[in-house]
Amino acid sequence: MSLALPRLTGRRRVLPGFGLSLGISLMFVSLVLLLPMTSLVGQLSGISLAEYWAIISDGRVVASYTVTIGAAALAALVNAAFGLLLAWVLVRYEFPGKRLLDALMDLPFALPTAVAGITLATLYAGSGWMGRLLEPLGLQVAYTWVGIALAMAFTSIPFVVRTVQPVLEDLPQEVDEAALTLGASDATAFRRVILPHLWPALVTGTGLAFVRSLGEFGAIIFIAGNMPYETEITALMIFVKLQEYDYVGASAIASVVLMVSLALLLAINIWQGHFIKRLHGGRG
Amino acid sequence: MGIRLSQIAKTYGRPGTPRALEPIDLEIASGELVGLLGPSGSGKTTLLRIIAGLEQADRDPAGTIHFGSRDVTEVHVRDRRIGFVFQHYALFKHMTVFDNVAFGLTVQPRGQRPSSGEIRARVHQLLEMVQLERFAQRYPAELSGGQQQRVSLARALALRPEVLLLDEPFGALDAKVRQDLRRWLRHLHDELNFTSVFVTHDQEEALELSDRVVVMSDGRIEQIDAPAALYRAPANRFVFEFLGDVNRLEGEVRDGALTCGEARLAVDLPEGPQELLLRPHELSLEAAPSAAAHLPMTVTAVVPVGAEVRVELAADWLAEPWLATIGHGDFERLDVRRGQRLYALPQRWHRFAAEGRPATQPSLA
Repeated sequence: MSLALPRLTGRRRVLPGFGLSLGISLMFVSLVLLLPMTSLVGQLSGISLAEYWAIISDGRVVASYTVTIGAAALAALVNAAFGLLLAWVLVRYEFPGKRLLDALMDLPFALPTAVAGITLATLYAGSGWMGRLLEPLGLQVAYTWVGIALAMAFTSIPFVVRTVQPVLEDLPQEVDEAALTLGASDATAFRRVILPHLWPALVTGTGLAFVRSLGEFGAIIFIAGNMPYETEITALMIFVKLQEYDYVGASAIASVVLMVSLALLLAINIWQGHFIKRLHGGRG
Repeated sequence: MGIRLSQIAKTYGRPGTPRALEPIDLEIASGELVGLLGPSGSGKTTLLRIIAGLEQADRDPAGTIHFGSRDVTEVHVRDRRIGFVFQHYALFKHMTVFDNVAFGLTVQPRGQRPSSGEIRARVHQLLEMVQLERFAQRYPAELSGGQQQRVSLARALALRPEVLLLDEPFGALDAKVRQDLRRWLRHLHDELNFTSVFVTHDQEEALELSDRVVVMSDGRIEQIDAPAALYRAPANRFVFEFLGDVNRLEGEVRDGALTCGEARLAVDLPEGPQELLLRPHELSLEAAPSAAAHLPMTVTAVVPVGAEVRVELAADWLAEPWLATIGHGDFERLDVRRGQRLYALPQRWHRFAAEGRPATQPSLA
């Protein structure tokens, strides 16, 4: 009986050999990611392409795409700006309470999204603290798509901060100083030296925040008001179909969200690869 | 363009905390290459950054910085027109070598900016000077440390600064590259004739490269002198110890001789406890004591590498071992081996009275 004993001359690694580690990884991916996705697609096998198209191009569903994508885009852009600022403050400055602020950044990850949703809805409703201040100015947040964007921004801000932060930590202050000694204005130094360095991380973080917002449900549902054609999000459409026991319809809409998210993630990954290569001398 | 500092001080944090830099006056002549030498925490980098405008000197005392006749005390770093070279290069990693060097030219305000043709010509000339033309389209990460530092130097020289400041420019490089770059910087300095100030903690580098060396410790200037004068006549004990290896001999002086255990050295010093300092190359080793010196020692290590042989010596009357550097001739004549008993004969010794008194240096030869 011959056993494949680890060769003494071979390279030693801490983790078990390539075959075993890759095998376990693939099995895990299959169970947790691929299997549910396959069953989703499997659900769709019962309907024709025309029926599929009819479900996903239904007027109310298409309206929900617009609301979701519009609000997610706004949330992602707002997060890009504020996430960058937060990361900057956390990396470049020392101030009391810095550790607390740093820990707070992860709160949206940890907090049940429904809790966030209820809190936001109470705050921004006409009778809430913020609502009472904003309503007289003609700004209605709760039960509009602005509220949806707000909830999305809340749940996805950590993606931007946590992707930009480590990259910014890698950028020594000497680099901005070098730009200044060469006569650059502050704005030029930021635009030509700091931003290009952070750009890949910022785009990745914003992209992740956007994708996360597309699928968000719990935080949004309480503040959205859920008026058909106006403040219904795609995730709610899936939920409605499920409540009507229309599993095929739910799967069809879910598959659209899935494809958009996957395509975006893939695009971000490929695009980022080019940048990393450049920064690390083609050894990325 | 000369640099004149007067009463420049720096405190980090609240006023009242110890100063990183005590009020300093320093004058650097036009075209001079000056090294700021000191251990870490001596304030040398702070001083350099204040000259550059990257740090603000204290308001009290109100110090001033002049470049030539221009008062730059309140001038922002971007308008001081200096070249600055950082220890870790600080290159813009997302730009090619060409774009890095061109940066200073391309960020100038529209009216003063040279045309793109002029920029291209200037950058190529600079890259030629640092012998990196072939690498113009590469990214910094694709270059070695020495090459990156040359790019950073070319970048700093792009705007033809009259003052070039270098913060431990060769600190992150290995010995061979450091040696080459030093020689090359000296050459460049002589050719382009700018005023340069560089920071280093390496005595050899400071002595080799500088016209004058400013030795600093604890935020103070200890001595300013040409390298040869500095080595020959250190102003105080700190400078003496910082510039090379030191052997210490402590003992009681009585009847014209310093004694310490079984060791005895004829000296012409007042009676009482004294401490003498000796350089390793100012000692010779012999098989027998002389009339003036009876310093028995045991060889603990021998390093016969290079032009001289380094011999480590110990004795029970010594708190710390001594180091002697002897010629290969003596090494072979005495057949120096570990465990051998030899006698040290000082040719010269130095003595510094408490804090900062000038040295007395009688010769025993």
